[in-house]
Amino acid sequence: MGRYVIRRLLQMIPVFFGATLLIFLMVNVMGDPIAGLCGDRKCDPAVAAQLKADFGLDKPVWQQYLTYLGNVFTGDFGRAFNGQKVTELMSTAFPVTARLTLVAIVFEVVIGISLGVLTGLRRGRPVDTGVLLLTLIVISIPTFVTGLLLQLLFGVKWGWVKPAVSPSATFDELLLPGLVLASVSLAYVTRLTRTSVAENARADYVRTAVAKGLPRRRVISRHLLRNSLIPVVTFIGTDVGALMGGAIVTERIFNIHGVGYQLYQGILRQSSQTVVGFVTILVLVYLVANLIVDLLYAVLDPRIRYA
Amino acid sequence: MRGARHAKWAAAAAAVALAATACGGGGSSGSSGEGVLSAWWGDPQNPLEPANTTEVQGGKVLDMVTRGLKRYNPRTGAAEDMVAEKIETTDAQNFTVKLKDWKFSNGEKVTAESFVNAWNYAAHLKNKQKGAYFFGYIEGYDKVHPEQGNATAETLSGLKVVDEKTFTVKLKQKFSTWPETLGYAAFAPLPKAFFDDRDAWLSKPVGNGPYTVDNYAKGSVMNLKKWEEYPGADKAKNNGVDLKVYTENGVAYNDLVAGNLDLLDDVPAAQLQNVKNDVNGRYASPPAGIIQTLAFPFYKPEWKTEGAVKVRKGLSMAINRKQITETIFHNTRTPATDWTSPVLKTEGGYKAGLCGASCDYNAAEAKKLITEGGGIPGGQLKITYNADSSHKEWVDAVCNSINNALGNNTACVGNPVGTFADYRNKVSKQEMDGPFRAGWQMDYPLIQNFLEPLYYTDASSNDGKWSNKDFDKLMNQANGEVDTAKAVETYQKAEQVVADEMAAIPLWYQNGSVAYSERVSDVALNPFSIPVYSEIKVN
Repeated sequence: MGRYVIRRLLQMIPVFFGATLLIFLMVNVMGDPIAGLCGDRKCDPAVAAQLKADFGLDKPVWQQYLTYLGNVFTGDFGRAFNGQKVTELMSTAFPVTARLTLVAIVFEVVIGISLGVLTGLRRGRPVDTGVLLLTLIVISIPTFVTGLLLQLLFGVKWGWVKPAVSPSATFDELLLPGLVLASVSLAYVTRLTRTSVAENARADYVRTAVAKGLPRRRVISRHLLRNSLIPVVTFIGTDVGALMGGAIVTERIFNIHGVGYQLYQGILRQSSQTVVGFVTILVLVYLVANLIVDLLYAVLDPRIRYA
Repeated sequence: MRGARHAKWAAAAAAVALAATACGGGGSSGSSGEGVLSAWWGDPQNPLEPANTTEVQGGKVLDMVTRGLKRYNPRTGAAEDMVAEKIETTDAQNFTVKLKDWKFSNGEKVTAESFVNAWNYAAHLKNKQKGAYFFGYIEGYDKVHPEQGNATAETLSGLKVVDEKTFTVKLKQKFSTWPETLGYAAFAPLPKAFFDDRDAWLSKPVGNGPYTVDNYAKGSVMNLKKWEEYPGADKAKNNGVDLKVYTENGVAYNDLVAGNLDLLDDVPAAQLQNVKNDVNGRYASPPAGIIQTLAFPFYKPEWKTEGAVKVRKGLSMAINRKQITETIFHNTRTPATDWTSPVLKTEGGYKAGLCGASCDYNAAEAKKLITEGGGIPGGQLKITYNADSSHKEWVDAVCNSINNALGNNTACVGNPVGTFADYRNKVSKQEMDGPFRAGWQMDYPLIQNFLEPLYYTDASSNDGKWSNKDFDKLMNQANGEVDTAKAVETYQKAEQVVADEMAAIPLWYQNGSVAYSERVSDVALNPFSIPVYSEIKVN
């Protein structure tokens, strides 16, 4: 197990370098960012030259990349164009998005798995068809439609919640955005669980458990669910990274100043320091989430062992 | 037993996750106190130094926390003395400035040095101030801010401190209306505290305006408090303003309608139809000092020819401004008939109809002129714009209008560029093949500001590189005119040259837009379309 973890950790290194280099090049291709800083007028050439030198933009790309990496290893992610340190932006943005992701994951796990078990055990019944239809609708509607609609209904028309989340973004404010963010994944979790549960419900070990006279609850939770959850856990694990990076739409709709918002601003202003810094962290989150998923397999199914 | 162990693991993991995510929460939610209003704010792009702030959002804050020698009257736009007791000149080139007794909110006195030091700081190349060019008229600017190489002087030779409350300014050339440019925020004084610890000042700006910064969480909220000892006549009529940054103004709009926000001065385009109903008429859209034009790349020979003048006039005639401003902008734009703005008023140089027949929609005449001029250079008109802002709709409408007039569906197409930065980059590198969108927001309400930076040979914002000797001569003449009325008249003569040559096609004047809640009253926008925060009353 230990050797496996180390091997996985070592694999992260090339992924990390590759991802940052790619992002660096992509942001660079977009052209000179200084031109956008002076509004609808030409930047004073002397000032523009000074700023370029300041941000290291006057050097060749490979040199910029090396300098950047060198700084990253000392914990210096550079500065955004408004003079703020990128680490400062991160320390405000990541906790907010982490909270949002946590809310979304909880929704996925609680609602998604419950509905999945419910429908998986009642295959072909009206409940099953109803939920399947519902998930189909949720999957087919884009997040920004769901988000704007719920915001309009709950926030503006009925006044149950505030349409905009405040800068502190507490858990209770994040319930609605979290649900919106989770909606599509939630539908997938339901469907995955349903299929998996339905399949395993006819397995020999479940029949044995029932025949032993175990209570129904125990059969479902200890025997059926545990084996059915492997594909679901894989999905949820990879979803952690996807949710964090993909929250741009939801964050914009609900005024959440998280990672998505900072990334959006960074791309708009072509602030390579911001974009590369945030993406670097997201890549790490993604890699770690995947590692944890793989390790969880062994916990769920002791037959799976790593050399 | 196994089950219990797992449960413990899960509980521990959840606890760690909660602890990790909870920090940062629980801070002040920025809720409005008694007599404090909350207002929409856009995240300023640059650090909040006076001369480094060239856009509206940072300008809002500076208008609240600083006061310069002059200030533009929020209603009339006239430059009125604030810290200045008087500014005198006899030759339109040498000025003597005398100050009133003012102080900064940290107790420091506002002295001649507060101004001279701030201006020297702003002009010096090493401080990288984006508004440094405002000081370009002062003698010695080329030494502290050369176009290439390093500065050869530390301070502007044109600035001299006479005593604590007097200083003199010598300009490079005659510029009679120069004192009237001093209401711009870039000319604000800076206290010693700024020079002692710039970073601390930037995280909490200290000035001499009617408000003080109470708390500033960059990127999300700024809480401003009324400064009780403010020495000016325009004291704040509310207890403070909470400026809130929104991720999108659509959310801010929803927040306003739901009653959580008091003031929104950028109503999203999609809501312009509904806004009056949604806020019960608490909406206004007064004109602002902003004009939108189509500029041409005069660095391309095909746009420089004799015939091209006719083509440009023809194109201008082929644009149905009235229809576009009504259907696309819901009357938040007004068709332009000159190259300035109505906020200047007639005595300030605005002249309705100066463009003449060239700005009236006339499809038949448009077609005739364009054919006479040799047709559209290159056969197709590509209007370049940046796609990250809402320009596509009107560019398509303009093209439609031109295509209809010419009876050719492919005569004009839009040419989007991804981001604003990329767009500005292409513009300043002179990579435009055809017309491109240009907008001008005035720095100060003077006709000079609508002409010189845009059309003078090699001027800072003359992106199309248009050049005309007659125009330059008239501008120089007007700048040297001590009598204001005569100066304005000469500026208008110069503007006539722009019209005759159709150096840029004027499209429309932009209006500001503001919607507000029941809690506040006396809401007005100044000529720069910034809300006059100090006059807003909280009920």
